[in-house]
Amino acid sequence: MADPMPMTDSPITTVAPGWAIVGLAILGVLALTAAMLDGALAARAGGGPGGTMGGLVRPFGEAARLMRQRRRTTVEADGLLWRIGGAGLLVTAALMVTVVPLGEWTIFDLDVGVMWFNAMDVMVWALVWLTGWGANSAHSLVGGYRFLAHGLGYELPLMFALVAPAIAAESLNVGRVAAAQDGLWFAVWMPVAFLVYLLGVAAFAVWGPFSPAIGTDVAGGARAELSGVDRLVFEVGRYALLAAGAAFAVPMFLGGGAGPLLPDWAWVLVKTVALLAVLVWLRRRLPVFRPDKFMEVGWVVLLPAVLVQDLVVAVIAVGRS
Amino acid sequence: MLTDIAFWGIGLVAVLGGAAVFYVDSMARATYALALSFVAVGLQVLFLQQNYVGVVTILMMVMEMAIMAVYMVMFMGMNPALMPMSMVHGNRTAVAVAVTTFLALAIGILMVDWPARRGSPPSDVTMALGESLMGPKMLVMAVISPVMVATIVAGVVLAAHRTRYDRLGDDLKQRPADDPQPGGVGR
Repeated sequence: MADPMPMTDSPITTVAPGWAIVGLAILGVLALTAAMLDGALAARAGGGPGGTMGGLVRPFGEAARLMRQRRRTTVEADGLLWRIGGAGLLVTAALMVTVVPLGEWTIFDLDVGVMWFNAMDVMVWALVWLTGWGANSAHSLVGGYRFLAHGLGYELPLMFALVAPAIAAESLNVGRVAAAQDGLWFAVWMPVAFLVYLLGVAAFAVWGPFSPAIGTDVAGGARAELSGVDRLVFEVGRYALLAAGAAFAVPMFLGGGAGPLLPDWAWVLVKTVALLAVLVWLRRRLPVFRPDKFMEVGWVVLLPAVLVQDLVVAVIAVGRS
Repeated sequence: MLTDIAFWGIGLVAVLGGAAVFYVDSMARATYALALSFVAVGLQVLFLQQNYVGVVTILMMVMEMAIMAVYMVMFMGMNPALMPMSMVHGNRTAVAVAVTTFLALAIGILMVDWPARRGSPPSDVTMALGESLMGPKMLVMAVISPVMVATIVAGVVLAAHRTRYDRLGDDLKQRPADDPQPGGVGR
């Protein structure tokens, strides 16, 4: 039998599988950075002991608290599906970043890397719903359904937003898409796709405007019954998804590792952290989208807008060739 | 060697996942057992170097199962989706049909003289598959696609309980529309 997944000739090098541990560590540091920044912003907004600087260490305190917390059990819970849902977010985020090139290196140089990322972000649908379902609790089930309702609104615009860079680069390989932005970043000339993509990232991280699935009005929603380490893993997974989304935006829209002075890999990290900071900051700046209302926004506003964007990009791409 | 083990291992997961659909007593477990089975099939397709087809299979099937979960809880009477229930019906007929089909196919596989491979796989297998499936029929597909979309839209319009006159008034001038479920953009 032939080797699976033959690698196309692409501008980047595939590293040995062992480097996946380094990739995972980078993802962990990025997620922690996002959590610390969010802690600092929360402390600045809401006060509390230690002030803004004290907020930076909040994630550590929260992690310590959750690791000591006793695991809550519910009656007739579907334990298997519940655990898969809660722990799956982190796994999904890790699988997403395998196709993101760090400068010239990548773990997994799949010729359809863009589709791979898309497939992974759809996994989040299943996982959040399973988290809501597994606990056998009304609030968490409502949270799971709210997420799917949001999903029906954001997923198609997100998919078509990913189509734009792929058309312009004439490739679904992430390295090629990054290399195609010679001099002019895709974010500059396809701003609608970029913004819709960022909205999608916030959505699959159940972040900011898309947090009704875990809203306080349903006692924490999908994660209502998660406690202790399970809750810690779920939250880490959300931050990791946010970080993975920001990291994927770099080769897709922000020119990959291109930049002066610093080496490629450093630019990828700098851009990722910058975008991640923006996403974390926006959490408190945007109103929450009600799932039932956002559905119409997604289908009547975002989808046509991003389709027009795709058309413009396609016409330009045809004109160039 | 390792590739072979992985391929057969994933194949086993696909078959067991498919069997689990009929074994479990929970709608959620059945749904996601089916999703697991499809994901395993998608991974197998990756081994056949059909990367695009494989990844799309994973994407579509996970999404489809998630949406199925929405509708099964929403629309199933007496909400069995939330309670344990048997996943089989017409059990005896189904078993008989399944066993007969399996035997027929297995005998077929063993009896047929398998031809030797002629030629070698092209460098881009996905492209070759697309061209052999669609190549000469691209014009037909390009014509049929809009017709199919138009059919879907027309079907929904005809089936919809409320018309635009209900939404926008007799002179179609009522803004915002009178919807039982107000949308997000205030049309």
